[in-house]
Amino acid sequence: MICFTASAARCSGNESSPEIFCQPVSLSIDSTPTPIDHRSDAMERRLQFTFVLVCLGLLSSTARSDLVISKAERFVDLNSHIVRVLSSLKVENEGPDDVSEVLLAFPDAQAKNLAAIRTFYSDGKKGGSVLPTEPIEPKGMPSDVTYYSITLPKKLGKGKTVSLDVLSVFSHSLKPFPEEITQAESQLVVYTDNMYFTSPYPVKYQSLVFKLPGRVESYTKYPKVELVKSDLRYGPFEMQPAFSYSPVVVHFENNNPFAVANELVREIEISHWGNVRVTEQYTISHGGASLKNGFSRIEYQARPYMRGASSFRILVARLPPRAHSVYYRDEIGNISTSHLWGDSQRTQLEIEPRFPIFGGWKTTFTIGYSLPLHDFLFEADGGKRVLNMTFGCPLDEVLVEKHIVKVVLPEGSKDITVATLFPTKQSEDVKYSHLDIVGRPVVVLEKDNVVPEHNLYFQVYYKFNNISLLSEPMMLIVGLFLLFVACIVYMHTDLAISKTSSSYLEKLQWEEVQATVQQIKKIFDQYLAVHDKLESSLRDLSRNGDVQSCKAARKAADAQFKELAKELKPLLTFLQSCSQASSILPKIEELVTKEKEMQEKEMAKHTTVVDCFEKKLGGKDIESRIASQQQKLASLKQEVESLLDSISEI
Amino acid sequence: MAQSKVEGSSSLRHAFGGVLSVFILLLIGVVAFSIRLFSVIKYESVIHEFDPYFNYRVTQFLSKNGIYEFWNWFDDRTWYPLGRVIGGTVYPGLTLTAGTMWKLANSLNIPLSVETVCVFTAPIFSAFAAWATYLLTKEVKGPGAGITAAAILAMVPSYISRSVAGSYDNEAVAIFALIFTFYLYIKTLNTGSLFYATLNSLAYFYMVCSWGGYTFIINLIPMHVLLCIVTGRYSSRLYIAYAPLVVLGTLLAALVPVVGFNAVMTSEHFGSFLVFIIIHVVALVYYIKGILTPRLFKVATTLVLTVGVAVCAVVVAILIALVASSPTKGWSGRSLSLLDPTYASKYIPIIASVSEHQPPTWPSYFMDINVLAFLVPAGIVACFLPLSDASSFAVLYLVTSVYFSGVMVRLMLVLAPAACIMSGIALSEAFGVLTRSIKFHITKYFECSHTEAPAKSGESTSAESSAPLENMMKSDTTEKSEVVKKEKVSRRKQKKEKELTENAPVKPVSAKKEKRPLVLPLEASIVSVFLLIVLGGLYVLHCVWAAAEAYSAPSIVLTSHSHDGLHVFDDFREAYAWLRHNTEVDDKVASWWDYGYQTTAMANRTVIVDNNTWNNTHIATVGTAMSSPEKAAWEIFNSLDVKYVLVVFGGLVGYPSDDINKFLWMVRIGGGVFPHIKEADYLRDGQYRVDAHATPTMLNCLMYKLSYYRFVETDGKGFDRVRRYEIGKKHFKLTHFEEVFTTHHWMVRIYKLKPQKNRIRGKSRKSKLGTKSTSSKPGGVTRKNPWN
Repeated sequence: MICFTASAARCSGNESSPEIFCQPVSLSIDSTPTPIDHRSDAMERRLQFTFVLVCLGLLSSTARSDLVISKAERFVDLNSHIVRVLSSLKVENEGPDDVSEVLLAFPDAQAKNLAAIRTFYSDGKKGGSVLPTEPIEPKGMPSDVTYYSITLPKKLGKGKTVSLDVLSVFSHSLKPFPEEITQAESQLVVYTDNMYFTSPYPVKYQSLVFKLPGRVESYTKYPKVELVKSDLRYGPFEMQPAFSYSPVVVHFENNNPFAVANELVREIEISHWGNVRVTEQYTISHGGASLKNGFSRIEYQARPYMRGASSFRILVARLPPRAHSVYYRDEIGNISTSHLWGDSQRTQLEIEPRFPIFGGWKTTFTIGYSLPLHDFLFEADGGKRVLNMTFGCPLDEVLVEKHIVKVVLPEGSKDITVATLFPTKQSEDVKYSHLDIVGRPVVVLEKDNVVPEHNLYFQVYYKFNNISLLSEPMMLIVGLFLLFVACIVYMHTDLAISKTSSSYLEKLQWEEVQATVQQIKKIFDQYLAVHDKLESSLRDLSRNGDVQSCKAARKAADAQFKELAKELKPLLTFLQSCSQASSILPKIEELVTKEKEMQEKEMAKHTTVVDCFEKKLGGKDIESRIASQQQKLASLKQEVESLLDSISEI
Repeated sequence: MAQSKVEGSSSLRHAFGGVLSVFILLLIGVVAFSIRLFSVIKYESVIHEFDPYFNYRVTQFLSKNGIYEFWNWFDDRTWYPLGRVIGGTVYPGLTLTAGTMWKLANSLNIPLSVETVCVFTAPIFSAFAAWATYLLTKEVKGPGAGITAAAILAMVPSYISRSVAGSYDNEAVAIFALIFTFYLYIKTLNTGSLFYATLNSLAYFYMVCSWGGYTFIINLIPMHVLLCIVTGRYSSRLYIAYAPLVVLGTLLAALVPVVGFNAVMTSEHFGSFLVFIIIHVVALVYYIKGILTPRLFKVATTLVLTVGVAVCAVVVAILIALVASSPTKGWSGRSLSLLDPTYASKYIPIIASVSEHQPPTWPSYFMDINVLAFLVPAGIVACFLPLSDASSFAVLYLVTSVYFSGVMVRLMLVLAPAACIMSGIALSEAFGVLTRSIKFHITKYFECSHTEAPAKSGESTSAESSAPLENMMKSDTTEKSEVVKKEKVSRRKQKKEKELTENAPVKPVSAKKEKRPLVLPLEASIVSVFLLIVLGGLYVLHCVWAAAEAYSAPSIVLTSHSHDGLHVFDDFREAYAWLRHNTEVDDKVASWWDYGYQTTAMANRTVIVDNNTWNNTHIATVGTAMSSPEKAAWEIFNSLDVKYVLVVFGGLVGYPSDDINKFLWMVRIGGGVFPHIKEADYLRDGQYRVDAHATPTMLNCLMYKLSYYRFVETDGKGFDRVRRYEIGKKHFKLTHFEEVFTTHHWMVRIYKLKPQKNRIRGKSRKSKLGTKSTSSKPGGVTRKNPWN
């Protein structure tokens, strides 16, 4: 039933433009039906640089439906390493039945590299809408073709037409040729496609346009072709049956950065204190032709025309507005070559890896930034919260081969659900961070081959109680409180094991001695106070000449002195009996003698002054009489005070 | 009522003082920590220099694989093809400390990276060191001196230079361990408590784990013990402080793999055992003296002396014979170069080639300890008034560390705590005297305002009388205050002096017996306090400047200020990152040993030699390769399986510590093992140069070629901005090496060894150098290598 005409295109020749020819070979088809899982195979094919194209010729009509594509215009954008094909289709129903879905077909070799597909439906006046496009495996169709079905918004009646725009994005579709170049050469790549629109329906009218970034080395020149500036136009072709195939190969110069992120781990951590922290770990490599003969800095710096056109030096990340605390580093520290601009619309981060990335070179780095929570977290129905973030990588024109998004929700979140616009592999995890006890729930989303078209919003719904916010501060408070309590308890408990050991007893005795010394000190302070009183009485005397009251003061002081001496006695005897006090005792004894001396001097001075007043002597006379006493007293007082200080230091 | 108030206020004052000093110590800790953060703020949170990268790598291994794996770690990424047993050759203290801190943080679910912990280990331990200094100085001279010393140590530039954030080196924790061990020793000496003696040996164990400088402790403490014995200060407390330390400490030290039996076998430790014997003899003598009558004791002494001297002579003779039989007299090279500063430059070029093993210059003393250099003598004087066991230890510590710092710049670090303790004592005593006299004057003044004239004369006389005493006591402070004081004082002094002797004959006697209030004139003391505060302020300014400008550069990132702002030179990491991501994981990279640790840590590639200079021959092989012509060098490198050669070149941007400037050491070290490399061949008239007058050997050696390959194309002349002249040989091609990577400022250049050319049939390759071929690997390919 099915007739295969397989052909392979082989390019040969190194310097001159490769010749392209077709040659029928037997067909071998891999059994990898899913359009996503294809990476290793595609790589291998690129390496071999021999690609097999499946040419599906005529297919006996399946009478599945009577759709006809009346017009198919394809624009293939080859500017970056991510190939975007925009197909504008006019689909017409020529059969009797209403049709609700339209099939799209891709040869398996191409379908393996299909990273994203999206169908826009424009309904004349109303704006466009995106139609669901799902892969299916219809029966009774050629099996080496991958199918996608577009569900139409309303059934297509007989004789009606509908306009559809299909954007399909392919990765790994530009093969570098030659595979190794020197620093001075520019990079040439080969792109292969079907000249006709691969479709299970006959196509009445079609055209194909390649948009090229630069010089064209060579291209398939058959049958109808036209090169206008950087556009390569094929067609128009009319009345092609279903599954028409004819290979088209373009070999052209493309020095745009072939930045491929082999792996990107994006961690989005939500803190209900008002912050969303995003950490992105990149492993970036250059997916183009690899560098041979080493890298020469002098050529890179000094000769602009040979500066390594195929390499890239700068990557630009477009971050959300109000991003702050941005950092850019790798495993050995900060990378200082980056610039940040920001306005109310967006934040732009221009990063420069540590070295220019040439073909086959690799580097890793991490970008991190913080975002205000209220821009991304909203209230949803049923008391839930919803996080609304973009899925893809913020870097311009970077293909991510393995993309992992981890959303770290706050500790205590429940009922987590995720909504994405495209299928992803979901799993759950737990992360422990900042004094967590049960850990934070983590939603892990994985997707291969992520292109900028995947930079769409996704939502995470979860329930969270605000009270749980306080648990960590409370834990800290309680912890510190317990620490202080423990300290207080330690200070006030007696932890000695043996209450009879000599060192313990000594310690007790020592404490007693200290207490006694304190008491003695108090008594001496009182002594000094009495001295002060006497002095003040003398001053009063010099002011008002009241001899009697002065005498009375002296008497009172005398009595007080005696009383204090009485108090002092038992304390002193206790100290003398203590062996521990032997070190302080001499000082205290000295203190007592000094004090006695001082008392005598004070009394003597007092009596002299009072006597002088009684004799009505002049102020100068009195001064000269007591001068020496005064001096001695002052020095004694100083000594007593210093002794007291030294005792209190014990 | 009034009295109870006074009592209450005094006890309150004490409590307040306690809280205040705790608060001050806390602030000192904060200062010590934060003054070291300049490097993080000015640059970034990154590991600095060379050795810290090794420590960081070991810590990473420890945190990933656990302690048992760590002890058994055989590192095959370095010293290829020999490898290195890391677990047995590394001081594990720092690594274990940081590893424990990391583990603790992670067990509390505080997500710190190993790098963060490593970067901040040094500042944290500086705070600990400041507190340990407080404790030590408090034991020596009271809490006031303690707080002053702690504050000074918190910001002494010498210590900052080794402990800024990111400087993750052994010294960072070792200085804390050193001070803390000394504190516990003094504490034991002061209390005679076995508890502290045990703690002391544990602290000593920590020190042994942390740094090779532990030998300083195990020699200093015996010296002090000996000093105490000789000066007749033996006591049971001294015995308790010393004997357990030697026994427990030696046992514990032998547990550390890197020390092992060295703890009893090398000469560094013999002093402690000798003193251990002596202290037992002395203890025995004291004991016997206690139980015998004086007459019997005399007899016993003569008996013991004759026998003892004979036995001692025999033992000493055996010891000397044993020690003398080993070539280095049982001392390690580094220790020997301490005892004989010229030793290293004569015999071990590897030790001499390290800049931090050179003797310091005078400016570096001023740079590193600043005003402390002037305060230290005052501190020594204060330590002698009165001399206690503790203060004699402080003096001894200072004197020995001054000597050691004079031998090696690096040991300035050991001097710093001693200088801080001394200066702390000096400043605190000076402030004590000055504030006391101010207080005295002020209280006097208040009294005078009530009683008018009579007191005044008394005041002035008493002040004068104490002034001369004061002069003797405070040599430093009075030098300043004297200037102020003299004009006013000296005239009156003569008059009053007579009065003094008449009036108070008792005074001088009492003053000498007891520490009596020493009083300076009010103006003088106020001015002195002011000057001291200014001095302290200058010190703080200098420290902050040193921390911010001089010692914060991580040395892997360089910056320069040009007219259009800050310019960053991040070439080293650029090269290491390139190696890490764009070479095979098992490729071997050859470079001079300075860059070995960084290459293994940052680029994760196997190196031939690294900063652990344990194998001189291996380093000499690399040195020989670098100083050989291209072909010979290729053969050496090829025999070592080297795939990439890394050279550091500063000629384009003027980075002075590049490989061309280090090249003479490569020649010397290489020539030390392989005599066909002669230093004279590289020198023109005894001068090292790479310009047109350089010797052909120099211009043809590998190092020259790799450094200057295509350099002339940058400016057309080949002007070297480090050497400041045009290079000798400008246009040449490499035949056996190819350039694979050069960093943005040309500071690191990486070359790849070209594969061997295919043999051309019919043409036998001429062996120009007459190399003899030997098989270097069993069953491997025959390689041509003249060096084995």
